[in-house]
Amino acid sequence: MIKKLFARAGLLFAALGLALMLGTGASAQGPLVIDITSGVTEPLPFAAPVFQSETGGAEQLAADITSVLIADLTGTGLFRDIPPSSFISGVSSFSAPVAFADWRAINAQALITGAVSVNGDQLNVKFRLYDVFSGAELGEGLQFGGTTSGWRRMGHKVADAVYSRITGEGGYFDSRVVFVSENGPKDNRARRLGIMDYDGFNIQFLTDSSSIVLAPRFSPTGDRVLYTSYESGFPRINLLDVNTVGRQQITTEQGEMAFSPRFSRDGVQVIYSLANGGNIDIYRTDLASGSHSRLTTAPSIETSPSFSPDGSQIVFESDRSGTQQIYLMSASGGEPVRVSFGEGRYGSPVWSPRGDLIAFTKQNAGRFHIGVMRTDGSEERLLTASFLDEAPTWAPNGRVLMFTRETQGADGAPSLYSVDISGRNLRQVPTGGMASDASWGPLQP
Amino acid sequence: MSKLLTVAVLIAGVGLSACTRPDRFGAGADGAGAGQGAAGIDQSALGGANDPTSPQYFSQTIGDRVLFQVDRSTLTAQGMQTLDGQAQWLLSNNDYLAVIEGHADEQGTREYNVALGARRANAVREYLVSRGVPGARLRTVSYGKERPIAICSEESCYAQNRRAVTIISVGSLS
Repeated sequence: MIKKLFARAGLLFAALGLALMLGTGASAQGPLVIDITSGVTEPLPFAAPVFQSETGGAEQLAADITSVLIADLTGTGLFRDIPPSSFISGVSSFSAPVAFADWRAINAQALITGAVSVNGDQLNVKFRLYDVFSGAELGEGLQFGGTTSGWRRMGHKVADAVYSRITGEGGYFDSRVVFVSENGPKDNRARRLGIMDYDGFNIQFLTDSSSIVLAPRFSPTGDRVLYTSYESGFPRINLLDVNTVGRQQITTEQGEMAFSPRFSRDGVQVIYSLANGGNIDIYRTDLASGSHSRLTTAPSIETSPSFSPDGSQIVFESDRSGTQQIYLMSASGGEPVRVSFGEGRYGSPVWSPRGDLIAFTKQNAGRFHIGVMRTDGSEERLLTASFLDEAPTWAPNGRVLMFTRETQGADGAPSLYSVDISGRNLRQVPTGGMASDASWGPLQP
Repeated sequence: MSKLLTVAVLIAGVGLSACTRPDRFGAGADGAGAGQGAAGIDQSALGGANDPTSPQYFSQTIGDRVLFQVDRSTLTAQGMQTLDGQAQWLLSNNDYLAVIEGHADEQGTREYNVALGARRANAVREYLVSRGVPGARLRTVSYGKERPIAICSEESCYAQNRRAVTIISVGSLS
């Protein structure tokens, strides 16, 4: 899908890498770099003139794709778009030389130019990213090919490339989220699985509302979803194929309850909770062989397991100490080590795809928080606070979290929000109705 | 077994038992062939709350639910009293099975609450078994915080939602 327009030397990348090591934030004088780990307060100003239409009738698509690109970048809180009314010069064609002085004059640090062409239902989008102050291209021009129906993905692809080049981090815009779509009053709530683009567009439903569904979890490649279903009258874990919407139950034990499933990084193992009487422990099932093994044996509640990215460890919650706390253990079981020691209760831990952090839900003094900590429990940071925040899920780049926020009272309703791991840029994700329990999938190929 | 099937079995079972009791009011009781008529649908009254052998008596007079303290699954003295009545009823009405539903209030994370509801349902099950009810007649299911009956975000509602409800049914526990 990605083709290099020109092979360029790696000098610019070297410069970018150096700047990242020095940890400079966005500045008018320095190289075009945002170090998002330091917590950027001043968004980087960029200009993205409407992409050129290189074939007749592509004007609207070109404008729409440019809008998606701008919405993605500004939605991070790290970038600020300069309105076209401020532009001194336009872009007459994709290959025309850039009048850097005109872009410098309006303080645009980055300039993104692009062009769109359509042939039947085939769509081609190309772009270039410029560091306005050095007057050089940042990275190579790229082009993406696909179908016109997938035009939003083209905007996301361009935004991912721009974000990645300027921040040095992976992008997350061309990704999807599976979630629970809710409808109806609080005491008669209907729930079904929905899937959408990360920004709330293109919502589709994967199940009907005839039985309760809980907490869907994407496979690492985004082609399958694990979720808890009450179809049988009892909570059981289903595996659903996103493309065919075919589903199968993977836990069939009679009279027992299974819930809280998650995939391993290779998509072959599933870890989950199983209730035997009043004892809830963590089990693992190998989808290839069908073999099951029990990983915890304490008489307490053990649930919400999540693999480390390298597959060697599992983080989970347990109330063995008397309240919900976060523990780590080997992926094959064994003695767990407690890692949460702050005030209050800690639940629903999720290991970052980068491996460096664990996101969690914290309950303390009547409030709920989404937080992150190092995998040894140190450097705890609470990112949100409300009547009820829960169920964090990581963006593919491990820099943004999505979670459920539920409002208080008889009319209380859940919505999805996202927040940076710096605690900045809290935003509601538009889902066109009540939504909960998001699982953020991988970047799409 | 789906919820719908449970209801269907319950109605069929109760209808059958009503037919064997000619003193009971209802269309099923008067004369041969009633309840089997080829021309239409017959209806039989379900046992009322005053009939000690009826599921209505179980749910309304004995009490089908017990309540729990915040984040607890231990039975209260009042809860045990209710469960003594439930056990007695189940022991004298051997045709019935029960599913015990465990629930939690909204103050907690979703998966923990499913686990907590499972623990509450199991506390009820173990108590009934300790009072002589065969474990094979009892199943448990947890709905976590997904099925509140009171919807305010105050303790008055939370207290009603932290519950385990014993649902009576007829049929096999398959």
